[in-house]
Amino acid sequence: MNKTYPALGALALAFCATTASADKIKFDYWYGLSGDLGAVVAQTCDHFNASQDKYEAVCTGYDGYELVVQSAIAAFRAGKAPALLQSFDAGTADLMMSGQFYPVTQMMKDFNIEINWADYFPGIADYYSSSKGEMFSMPFNSSTAVMYYNTDDLAAVNMPVPQDWDEFAATLKALKAKNPAKCSYGYEPSAWVDLEQYSAINNVPLATNNNGYDGLDTKLVYNTTSAEKHMEDIKSWLDAGLAEMKVSAGGMNSQEAFAQNICSFFFGSIANHSSLNLKHADGLNWNVAMIPVEKGNTRHNSVVGGASLWVLAGKSEDEYRGVAEYLKFISTPDSIKFWVSNTGYIPVTKSAFDKLTADGFYSAAPYKGRETAIASLTATEPGPLNRGFRLGSMIQLRAEWLSDVQAALAGQTTVKAAYDMSVERGNALLDKFAKTYAGKTLP
Amino acid sequence: MRRAYFKNNWVAALMVAPQLIIVFTFFYFPTSQALYWAFTLEQPWGGGNTWVGFDNFTAILSDSLYWASIWVSVVYAVGSTALAVGMALLLAIFADRQLAGYKLYKIGLIWPYAIAAPAVGLAFRFIFTPGAGLMMFVNQMFPHLWNPVDNGNQAMAMVIIAGAWKQVAYNFIFFLAGLQSIPRALIEAGAMDGARVLRRMRDIQLPLLAPTFFFVLVINITDSFTDSFGIVDTMTAGGPSRATNIMVYKIFNDGFQGLDYSGAAAQSIILMILVIALTFVQFRYIERKVHYT
Repeated sequence: MNKTYPALGALALAFCATTASADKIKFDYWYGLSGDLGAVVAQTCDHFNASQDKYEAVCTGYDGYELVVQSAIAAFRAGKAPALLQSFDAGTADLMMSGQFYPVTQMMKDFNIEINWADYFPGIADYYSSSKGEMFSMPFNSSTAVMYYNTDDLAAVNMPVPQDWDEFAATLKALKAKNPAKCSYGYEPSAWVDLEQYSAINNVPLATNNNGYDGLDTKLVYNTTSAEKHMEDIKSWLDAGLAEMKVSAGGMNSQEAFAQNICSFFFGSIANHSSLNLKHADGLNWNVAMIPVEKGNTRHNSVVGGASLWVLAGKSEDEYRGVAEYLKFISTPDSIKFWVSNTGYIPVTKSAFDKLTADGFYSAAPYKGRETAIASLTATEPGPLNRGFRLGSMIQLRAEWLSDVQAALAGQTTVKAAYDMSVERGNALLDKFAKTYAGKTLP
Repeated sequence: MRRAYFKNNWVAALMVAPQLIIVFTFFYFPTSQALYWAFTLEQPWGGGNTWVGFDNFTAILSDSLYWASIWVSVVYAVGSTALAVGMALLLAIFADRQLAGYKLYKIGLIWPYAIAAPAVGLAFRFIFTPGAGLMMFVNQMFPHLWNPVDNGNQAMAMVIIAGAWKQVAYNFIFFLAGLQSIPRALIEAGAMDGARVLRRMRDIQLPLLAPTFFFVLVINITDSFTDSFGIVDTMTAGGPSRATNIMVYKIFNDGFQGLDYSGAAAQSIILMILVIALTFVQFRYIERKVHYT
């Protein structure tokens, strides 16, 4: 019987503790970043809570974007959803169609919090805005794809940093001729890099309806653009030994192969800049540059990747006030600086970027080079083909693309046939998405 | 024959209630929901659905890649079951013959079943990695022989071996128990009549093991259709180019990652029907050949 007393005591203590902090209004925030990045999000929560005597953010991390979105959906259906949710770029269309959110611009206006929306980089803001330009979610961790290269290897063959894909191919040949044993380009199929970024940078459409922004009856068209030819180029490099497949299933992905000085090039998110800095082979000299453009094309802006913060519907006004305070807090220059210096992400506002540049943040290691991502995102004002992609079932579209590209790279089919196939299957998914939301229109 | 029964039906009801509640909450309720969703187009964030009749089913069944996924699942089920049952039987026979060190070996063989599928997947991913794992030595001797990253058949073989390895332990326990319950007198009588080890195995032990064999077969087939998710997820993610995209993995992908709840629900219903049908066939046709003693 004695054993129950300590338990009762603990219960009483816990009760006291909750009543003591009950005067703080709590709201839930779920995020999908895990590992080191997740720890930095948790720190921003701690900073916010320390700065507040009125509101408290209860932050919960999940292992990945898919998992956090899926958990939030289950919780939402049971009426237990968080007030604030970090959702990835690819989940944007689903959330927009659901209507189960409180648009951030509206929320900030309702609570009289001044945010200069024009300060956000258009390439970032447009991805999370309605077709009429109203921002629905708060841009948070943002990145774009860049080209990582080994500076020593390029110097050894006396080649400049390739600006277009023809120069890139010539560089691969020169690297191979100089050192046949070394992998010139560690390739990892990625719809985000090889298809989405490529289409935006070269200003070719991925889908009709201005990449889905203008309606749900969208059809994919990437099998008819130069994106298909680009994939054939990649395959020809792989076949000629100028590029090598480096994927996790083979024991080493393209980033690891680059970091360990096995391959001279790799393409990936600017967010990898930070992890490469922390972990790379001794004596590796590297830098980043913008992804090459097709020869003869003018470069357009690349599109943002990462995630944004959505305020979900069905919460109390008190909780929304807390969320608004939190969003205001993470938009301050100090918070942005903390965030970008502890992760590889880029600042989302022009003023924060200018301030960081003025402070010399980007002129020295380990942050030097990250401004390339901003240059890539702001290469032009986003046009109808470089705002982003408003496509339903985006994760599935990427998965179909990957499966068919794998088949083509393994020689089971041609690149053209693979692209036709994935477009056909993707269109069936888009068709189903439109039917699911029959009678609704994209905001 | 004597029958035990409760005089008070309320007590009986009370006794079975916990079990029934669990079955209803975790099986019948979700199944009925899935069945409803399978006939609608469900919006992931709530907000309504539309009744579409058999549209989801016709869409799935007219998709050639769905049939490919069924085929892949069948290959996996047959492959992993054959391997797991065969290996377990062989090992159990050795253990039953009380070869040197068999006690240690008995305990050691039970452990793998306690390992979670994703952990098995990770361990085997290391073993089968062409560039870094144990298979690297094979590739060193025969360059480009082993490459599950590109080669779908090799990827499938890899997944089957990992799945079977986990299942061997479970089967082993049943086979060993089955073998040990065979009266020694029968085997000794056979030995006295001059039957050698293999002959005794074929004519005495294996026929008497038939009921165990049947049980293990049903469990393995069912398990390979429904429990193979963790291994595929960590080892191949359904690739390369859908070569290991088994039905459960496709359901997970479409439903949880792609938020296509209706399509995934319809696939679950098809999978459920398939497993029920397979189990029925096994009971109807294979069990006839089994003689319970």
